[in-house]
Amino acid sequence: MNFWKALLAIDRRWIFLFVFLALAVPMFLNVDFELSISREVQGLYDALDKLQPNSKVLMSFDYDPPSAPELQPMADAIMKYCLKKRLRIIIMGLWPQGPIQANMALARAFADKNIDQSEYVYGIHYVNLGYQAGNEFVIQRMGSSFYDMFKNDYAGNRYEELPLMRGIKNFNDIDFSINFSAGYPGTVEWVQIAVDRFHVRLGAGNTAVQAPQVYPYYNSGQVVGLAGGMRGAAELEGIFAYNAETDVVYKDRGTKYMLSQTIAHAVVMFFIVVGNIAYFVIGRKDKLKTSK
Amino acid sequence: MRREIPLIITATVGIAYIIQYFIPHTPFDKVEALFSDWLSIIAACAIWLGALNLLKLSFLSVSKRKKDWFFSLVIIISWLTMALVGISEGPGFQEPGTKFDWLYTNIYTPLSATMFAMLAFYVASASYRAFRARNFQATLLLVAAFLVLSGRVLFDELIFGFLPADWKILSTISDFIMQVLNTAGQRAILIGIALGTVSTSLRIILGIERSYLGSD
Repeated sequence: MNFWKALLAIDRRWIFLFVFLALAVPMFLNVDFELSISREVQGLYDALDKLQPNSKVLMSFDYDPPSAPELQPMADAIMKYCLKKRLRIIIMGLWPQGPIQANMALARAFADKNIDQSEYVYGIHYVNLGYQAGNEFVIQRMGSSFYDMFKNDYAGNRYEELPLMRGIKNFNDIDFSINFSAGYPGTVEWVQIAVDRFHVRLGAGNTAVQAPQVYPYYNSGQVVGLAGGMRGAAELEGIFAYNAETDVVYKDRGTKYMLSQTIAHAVVMFFIVVGNIAYFVIGRKDKLKTSK
Repeated sequence: MRREIPLIITATVGIAYIIQYFIPHTPFDKVEALFSDWLSIIAACAIWLGALNLLKLSFLSVSKRKKDWFFSLVIIISWLTMALVGISEGPGFQEPGTKFDWLYTNIYTPLSATMFAMLAFYVASASYRAFRARNFQATLLLVAAFLVLSGRVLFDELIFGFLPADWKILSTISDFIMQVLNTAGQRAILIGIALGTVSTSLRIILGIERSYLGSD
């Protein structure tokens, strides 16, 4: 077997090893870089930045742990920003695991030394309504009544006992909505029902896999801002860090993981190039043999 | 009647939803609210149905010592542990600091993240073996993939960092592909899906398409 054929038949565990090193080693490096901010992430930031303190922001956490590496840094950064800006946060989930992921984002926000948890009262400044089964029909029903979908919050408190929820009947009482989505139900359903039908202003954080499906809605203005994949997370952290007037630390895991993703992409591209060179060299040799 | 009743329910609910979309006023909004509540109840029951069915199949697999029955045993133990811990802790079972939360954070989260992370390794290996510029279309796909892959990471910042700050070559090309070419393709697909959904929905509501009722 010649060199190129041997290269094509390389044991896949070697590839696994290179990918592992590409992902793991950068996590221990401390490389500082300034990311350029894309138009869609800027749109998300601008929409949040324009909100007045005490504006009501609905956050729907529609993902689970497998998508958390991309979406959790986005949720962390936005949660910190909303708390620091004194926005009132209403959390919900169309995925069962979503509200728990929201609690993680809250915990990380409150762990920041510049956000004093004692200043934020559950039920007044933020609420976690929990998960509701029914996918897009939950969104549709919320268009007429939040109460009918969430009679109790995540911890079992009654809706009417939560001061933040007393003045909220439906989407008309919400100033801005953000959806962190990894698939169905997610941003597409929020756009089709909440935005198109009830005229909700929506921003979205999506996995890299889902983001291409959401771009048409961003370009049409149905989604005012969009953060896609790890890059979106890192850009969000970057823009909040750059524009923040406070000492809150926004640059976090999204920025850190970007380096891992960069090296991993480079390794994958390298293997694809090598694979193609081997493919063409072998093909050319075979052609020459046949012609002889 | 086993076929007629589901057909009547489907037609009634479907027509009610269509009417209330265009006339969102009483009594249609009330009807829509009623059906939406029923749908939530059915969806919640379906989750239990799925979970209990998984438990039943796993029990059968273990009791009959089917192939890989050990994995079914793991499912049963995991299922019962999460369910019993959650139920024993009452309504606030998902609150931070509960036993359920501990299980979720320390077992469920790393396990499911690991499953998903393995994709990175298989994608790399599969790309090496299968991603070939065999013809014009495949080459086009390969070039587009390279440009998007490059633009979505730090190549601009790390490789072309010496260029002026607003010269982000790879990001600009990647953004163009995502926002123009991708959007055009996605819209075509979306319009196709929408037309297909409308026609299939109408067929179901009118009782022409009956395959969802099963064969018997």
